Amino acid sequence: MDIANALVAILNFVVIPAAAYGSQLALGALGVTLIYGILRFSNFAHGDTMAIGTAIVILLTWGLQSMGVNLGPLPTALLALPIGIAITSGLVLLTDRLVYRHYRRVRADPIVLVMASTGVMFVMNGLTRLLIGVDEIRFDDGARFLISVQQFKAWTGLTEGLALRLSQFITLAVAAVSCWALFRFLNRTRSGKAMRAYSDNEDLALLSGIDPERVVRLTWIIATALAVMAGTLYGLDKSFKAFNYFQILLPIFAAAIVGGLGSPTGAVAGGFVIAFSEVAVTYPWKKIAGYLVPGWQPDGLLQLLSTEYKFAVSFVILIVVLLFRPTGLFRGKSF
Amino acid sequence: MSTNRQSDAASPWRAPALLAVLVILFLLEGGVSNAMFSGSWNSALGILNMGLLSAIMALGVNITWGYGGLFNAGVVGFLALGGLAPVLISTRTIPGAWAAGGPGVLLALLVGLVTLGLAAVVARRLSGAWRFWAALAVVAIGFVIYRELFDPAVVAIEANNPAQAGNIGGLGLPVLLSWPVGGLLAAAAAWGVGKVALGLRSDYLAIATLGIGEIIVAVMRNEGWLARGVLNMTGIPRPVPYELNLQADPGFQARAAGWGMDVATASGIWVKLCYAGLFVAVLLALVLLSELALRSPWGRMMRAIRDNETAAEAMGKHVTRRHLQVFIIGAAVIGLAGAMMVTLDGLLNPGGYAPLRYTFLVWVMVIVGGSGNNWGAVLGAILIWCLWIKAEVWGPAFMKLVTTAMEPGPLKAQLLESAPHMRFVAMGLVLLLVLRFAPRGLVPER
Repeated sequence: MDIANALVAILNFVVIPAAAYGSQLALGALGVTLIYGILRFSNFAHGDTMAIGTAIVILLTWGLQSMGVNLGPLPTALLALPIGIAITSGLVLLTDRLVYRHYRRVRADPIVLVMASTGVMFVMNGLTRLLIGVDEIRFDDGARFLISVQQFKAWTGLTEGLALRLSQFITLAVAAVSCWALFRFLNRTRSGKAMRAYSDNEDLALLSGIDPERVVRLTWIIATALAVMAGTLYGLDKSFKAFNYFQILLPIFAAAIVGGLGSPTGAVAGGFVIAFSEVAVTYPWKKIAGYLVPGWQPDGLLQLLSTEYKFAVSFVILIVVLLFRPTGLFRGKSF
Repeated sequence: MSTNRQSDAASPWRAPALLAVLVILFLLEGGVSNAMFSGSWNSALGILNMGLLSAIMALGVNITWGYGGLFNAGVVGFLALGGLAPVLISTRTIPGAWAAGGPGVLLALLVGLVTLGLAAVVARRLSGAWRFWAALAVVAIGFVIYRELFDPAVVAIEANNPAQAGNIGGLGLPVLLSWPVGGLLAAAAAWGVGKVALGLRSDYLAIATLGIGEIIVAVMRNEGWLARGVLNMTGIPRPVPYELNLQADPGFQARAAGWGMDVATASGIWVKLCYAGLFVAVLLALVLLSELALRSPWGRMMRAIRDNETAAEAMGKHVTRRHLQVFIIGAAVIGLAGAMMVTLDGLLNPGGYAPLRYTFLVWVMVIVGGSGNNWGAVLGAILIWCLWIKAEVWGPAFMKLVTTAMEPGPLKAQLLESAPHMRFVAMGLVLLLVLRFAPRGLVPER
């Protein structure tokens, strides 16, 4: 039995990729869950908000690169990110003013808002295509690895290597910092408390003099900032392709529902639950089984599902949660 | 619904007026040849046929949304599943494929279904914390048995003549028979999803259907044994004559000469007309059935449930069960359209099922046409399909007009190059504008 090598392999192929992917999902799901908590509808345009935000960040990155600005070992996209967030927030606030505000005023059924959000999704999708096209784009620059396989093997003398890409490390760091900042904002500041109050009970919040439009604006800005961060990190980690951002909508929704719609803590937990299950189910465990049980050569790859079906994993988890605990792990709203 | 959708009556002339617009568009496309219209009857009939299919899809969505107020975000999945039927029912049998792994696959699928049923029973009978873990254990054991049976069978089928076949093959039955089967396949999938997601928040059904839509398409892309996956399935039999046979037929040659057309064009038009006839027949039958259902006590009950669930429940209506029913019927109609679409194309291309094109565009059709009104959905579907196809031509032409004054440069090149993508923006804007300013659509519900 070769526990050290097995642990390193698990860390390298399961834990690190899943943690990075989980952080991206968590940031996306936080946005969905905040919008759900305050505006009370599932925003189908969230994936395409991520896409257009990332597209803007990529254009800004190219602009910075052509001016010769860079961050040394860090990707230039990090410098473009705040400006990208600002521009995308402006765009999203415009959609709120032009589209969603009317339905809030007439107190429309949530499903009408969902419908309106698919209209916004169409427009955002088209704008992304107009801006940057449908091709796959890689926009990471700077150093590639924080720890490379050769370095790790030289340090430890193990046969199994471990690599930590810089983009994965940045994803984890950015996600941790933004979650910390968000929870601090929600729990400590007046505006954050106003948001939570509004989410808990709209009428009581209105009675205590909270300005609903301000709360809604804040929610859109925060959700957009999280979405653009998630989108950019996802693009840095894998690559940018407009259609992938539509597909990632399903794991994000699943994460938000697993955690409990409307619960920020739940969204973060849900993101990691989905990501770890997805990676664990689609990873071929043959090599690790070989380390743990010497002399055992299984016929198959010991892969539960092929990677093409990774979306099925989030779907199955979603179904299980709907069946057994519709309010999610952290008691969100189910009705 | 917070507002009653049957408030004031709209002009009864709206539907005929919309129909007239469509007829004019059709005649322009067929008869006028300029920058905007092709002037080819073949192309006009091609657009019409796909428009008729879109109308059937829109009818399906209208049944779920217009009657039931349910949001189905997985239209593309039910459509693709319906498209599987012509392959499984009507393509020729493949020698050796069934013997290689047919029984194994069937047995594996049976084990899978039994596992799920058993897990459901376990989950329902037990209570407390054990419920979840016991069901999970049943599923885990069942999954292992399933994979043990399924994998070798699939490998055997795919190894059978992999260059030309590699799939399980069809039954060789008439292709028209596969249309209702497509509906049944989609209905079965809808039953599964609806059973889980209905009765909870309305958004949950939307999210669950979004998921099942993507999964069905992923399964059809990756399961080569089923319908060759991304290798595509060609040569699906037709219910109408082939162009080449018509061109060789002396009787048809004489008729074409009588119409004053060359044989090649005439045969294309004749085949498309045959399809159009079949599609119109199915469409009219479906509209008739839907209208009858809508005017029956059942239809009044459905609308009552949609307009006020609480009141309907207080009157003793089982809201969740009725929702499940209407969701299944809607999905079946979409599946039927899927089977018809594959028959029209003569090809199953799982790579081509894009959610924006097949789910959300159909939604635009229903909303624009008039949700709750069957004729509205039908006419809206044909109109939007027409605009969607023509926007591919009109968008770049429009962009060329806009950019004539600009000097050549990267911006102009980028604008011209991306002009075909404008139609996504245009469709989104149409949806948003109709939803906002005319929420009852072009032909409102009566």
